[in-house]
Amino acid sequence: MSLVNPAGPRGRRPRRIGSPTSIMIYGILIVAAVYYLIPLYVMVMTSLKGMPEIRLGNIFSPPVEVTFQPWATAWNSACTGLYCEGIKVGFFNSMKILVPSVIFSIIIASVNGYALSNWRFKGSELFFTALIFGAFIPYQVMLYPLVIITRELGIFGTLTGVIVIHTIFGMPILTLLFRNYFVSLPPELFKAARVDGAGFWRIFLQIMLPMSLPIFVVAVILQVTGIWNDFLFGVIFAGTKNFPMTVQLNNIVNSTQGVKEYNVNMAATILTGAVPLLVYFFSGKYFVRGIAAGAVKG
Amino acid sequence: MAATRPFAPLRNLNAKIAAVPMIATVLVVFIGCTLWTVVYSFTSSRSLPTLDFVGIDQYRRLFTTSRWIVSLRNLAIFGILALSFSLVLGFILAALMDQKIRFENTFRTVFLYPHALSFIVTGLVWQWILTPAYGVQKVVRDLGFETFNFPILTDGRFTIYAIVIASLWQGTGLVMALMLAGLRNIDDEIWKAARVDGIPTWRTYLFIIIPMMRPVFATTLVIIAATIVKVYDLVVAMTNGGPGIASEVPAKYVYDFMFSRGNLGQGLAASTIMLTTVLIILVPWALYEYRPRNRTLGVGK
Repeated sequence: MSLVNPAGPRGRRPRRIGSPTSIMIYGILIVAAVYYLIPLYVMVMTSLKGMPEIRLGNIFSPPVEVTFQPWATAWNSACTGLYCEGIKVGFFNSMKILVPSVIFSIIIASVNGYALSNWRFKGSELFFTALIFGAFIPYQVMLYPLVIITRELGIFGTLTGVIVIHTIFGMPILTLLFRNYFVSLPPELFKAARVDGAGFWRIFLQIMLPMSLPIFVVAVILQVTGIWNDFLFGVIFAGTKNFPMTVQLNNIVNSTQGVKEYNVNMAATILTGAVPLLVYFFSGKYFVRGIAAGAVKG
Repeated sequence: MAATRPFAPLRNLNAKIAAVPMIATVLVVFIGCTLWTVVYSFTSSRSLPTLDFVGIDQYRRLFTTSRWIVSLRNLAIFGILALSFSLVLGFILAALMDQKIRFENTFRTVFLYPHALSFIVTGLVWQWILTPAYGVQKVVRDLGFETFNFPILTDGRFTIYAIVIASLWQGTGLVMALMLAGLRNIDDEIWKAARVDGIPTWRTYLFIIIPMMRPVFATTLVIIAATIVKVYDLVVAMTNGGPGIASEVPAKYVYDFMFSRGNLGQGLAASTIMLTTVLIILVPWALYEYRPRNRTLGVGK
């Protein structure tokens, strides 16, 4: 099934705006949309107020006096309980985790998906099925043995460690994505290249890759949002000084010492959500395709 | 399109090399690590794993620990509510979106954007909105309802419902998107036939469309259920299990006992129970999906 139907809505007859039914439909949709937008609105409003105004006012009222100080504080000097260098530390850590994880996981999964679609071998389908089912095992079940393995390899608590973990757990969904895409390409292309004597890697690099830009975009979006939003792997495998932004954010907001600065907290929260949100707003249908693949992995 | 010729072991070597990471992941991580956890959950491991087998002692202790019982109860409440509400609301939204409305893309963008945010961000926003001193409770009191009480985060009896609210905000958009895709896959002829027969729209949905969408519902249910069992970040960000142990969940029990309390055996036993829960959800669905006809996996067809 495809989530993005180019034909758009079909089925029932078009409705005239203004009929009772359409008023009800739009009414419900707008109420739902408001519910979905409130948290974003509250976040932004709170982050633009000073603390005195927060204590006096209510969370829904727009700021009387707009200040960007909380944003600066959140970025530069908010305290995580360990140090007071702001959320920017987490931002750069997340970037350092994100870029290699996305690159490695996509390279490995695309080649693997290609092998599984065009070069099947005995047992390849079995392993693929096992891979997909493995995606359903709760991470908690595999955490401790992975800690032991990464520790033995000397990569526990390092960037390399967390990158390897992201590559491993990105594999099921990405492989599925690429395999299904390559299977959908016309087999004649592959056969013709074989007849011309091209081998495994040449067909991949010269024929498959140039045709698969869209699926790579979907994969990048999927991985960028997924890895950026990760908390569990970051907190366990990255090590204290490489904590990603989500972990830093949680430490800043839920740290128990000091006076709670809600405006700074909300600014830090928006900053942490900004990367996936921007990806989401600019990628549109590719994002939807990604989550569809992520969801319909059965 | 599979190459169906017979292979010598070294034929197709490149493909086998390309599949090495997958094979290693399956054998070492998915199978190896899982078995390790299950085996060691029957040992007396404390801060370090040992092979001193004690039978089901860890499980016995687990089920006499009140924190675990609370965790399981919370997971059940959270699971049932999050699952049923997100399926029902997601389907209703999708059905409304499918009425040839204007601004469909705008609505879709709005309903789906929380899904791009992490559970940490979701948890922190809702923590702020529901904080009694500043959030919803204060706003309603300021409107003149001086005695209005909404202690959903501070009264342990209700905290798990606060987590349900936040998770619905984050996850219903996904269900909507999946259901909408399912609805768009329904043949137009069905609608025409229903209209010719004069069946009202709501009845068509209830008695024709929903039964036809059973596979979509089944898949969505399994996906949502598998994420529910794993719920961790959201709770950490929103309540950190509190007040007291009121909003603890199994995944957090596992993490805390493994990594903070140095009680490995308990963590491993708890995670084995989580695995069992997932299997109970997954196996019937897999049997249903992979009935003899054995269709290809996944999307994109």
